[in-house]
Amino acid sequence: MPDYTNTSEPVIQVRSVIKSFGDQRVLDGIDLDVMPGEIMVVMGGSGCGKSTLLRHMIGSIVPDSGSVKLFGREITTLSEQEMNEIRKKFGILFQSGALINSLTVGENVALPLREHTHLDEKTIEIMIKIKLELVSLRIHADKMPAQLSGGMKKRAGLARAIALDPQILFYDEPSAGLDPVTSAQIDQLIIDLTRKLHVTSVVVTHEMDSAFSIADRMCMLDKGKVLKIGMRQEFETLRDTPAENLTSDQDKLIRQFLRGDADGPLSRRKADSDYEEDLLRV
Amino acid sequence: MADAGGNIQNIIKDITREGDVVIVKLTGEIDMHSSTELRGCLLEITQERPRLLVINMEEVLFLDSSGLAVFVETMQQSRTQGRQLKLVGLHPRVRSIFEISRLMDIFQIYDTQEEALA
Repeated sequence: MPDYTNTSEPVIQVRSVIKSFGDQRVLDGIDLDVMPGEIMVVMGGSGCGKSTLLRHMIGSIVPDSGSVKLFGREITTLSEQEMNEIRKKFGILFQSGALINSLTVGENVALPLREHTHLDEKTIEIMIKIKLELVSLRIHADKMPAQLSGGMKKRAGLARAIALDPQILFYDEPSAGLDPVTSAQIDQLIIDLTRKLHVTSVVVTHEMDSAFSIADRMCMLDKGKVLKIGMRQEFETLRDTPAENLTSDQDKLIRQFLRGDADGPLSRRKADSDYEEDLLRV
Repeated sequence: MADAGGNIQNIIKDITREGDVVIVKLTGEIDMHSSTELRGCLLEITQERPRLLVINMEEVLFLDSSGLAVFVETMQQSRTQGRQLKLVGLHPRVRSIFEISRLMDIFQIYDTQEEALA
């Protein structure tokens, strides 16, 4: 597999992806490129399709139509065995940390190494210490997940996600359920690991403070479509521009989301549709 | 020496012995496929108990954490025996893996082989 850390080819390429669940179209023609070494933050409100997009990028679901490429390789048509080979090249930090409760922190980190490599046990033992040191959990290696705080569980999950030295790290709502200080620590860890390990990171979140702290580029989804993709600075400018200076409804909508304002096109749209639906329901 | 078959031929470029000093020149990429053989080779050399083991990494362009672990284990062996292990010529990307793992102070790292042997 080519090394994508020194190329200008996208590590992840999503093209015209459409996905429906029943009658509901969740993704409606998504295009997205993620470049090597960058932190791409995918954001949007509840139900915008960001988690579904993530699931497409990790190959856990296939689109109704469209293409998803990782490392230049189309993954939507791969067999489970071929997909498992690709999966060794990326790590995922799930919202809950997804640790196995019956194993210690160290054993959780060792799991992918024991399952997917033929490394000597002594090598694995040293690797666990190195991985846990990276997330400042080395002294907690023998603890059970139940003994960890929320932030520590996330860090342990992150240590496991980097066990196989992945080229891509996916983060699903990394700040969810964390207090602001712990959340900021996780943000810093995401930045550090991306830069120092030369990985590419995709972060799905609706936490704007976190998004602006870590993103190189941002992608905003709404109703299954990409509203805007751009550098973090472009989104910052949009966020800080007075609403009356914005001409397009789309920019106003993005601005409201970025600022977390109670009033704006997002809330009016929601209120209007709810009201109409409520009145006309038979 | 161990059987130098498979991946190890790609990793071990050269082994030279000068008295009680052993110099191992590595080349290529040290990853989870090649590190097992590298481990076997280095542990075998440490069994010879050389006064100084120099690992020349000028031609190593990539190192993953399994390779890092192999060097740590080799260092453990050397220290237990009261011997020396020196690493030479780390490429910036390889060096950064040592740095982020906070291993720069554990190893003696030199820019050139001459410096390591001086």
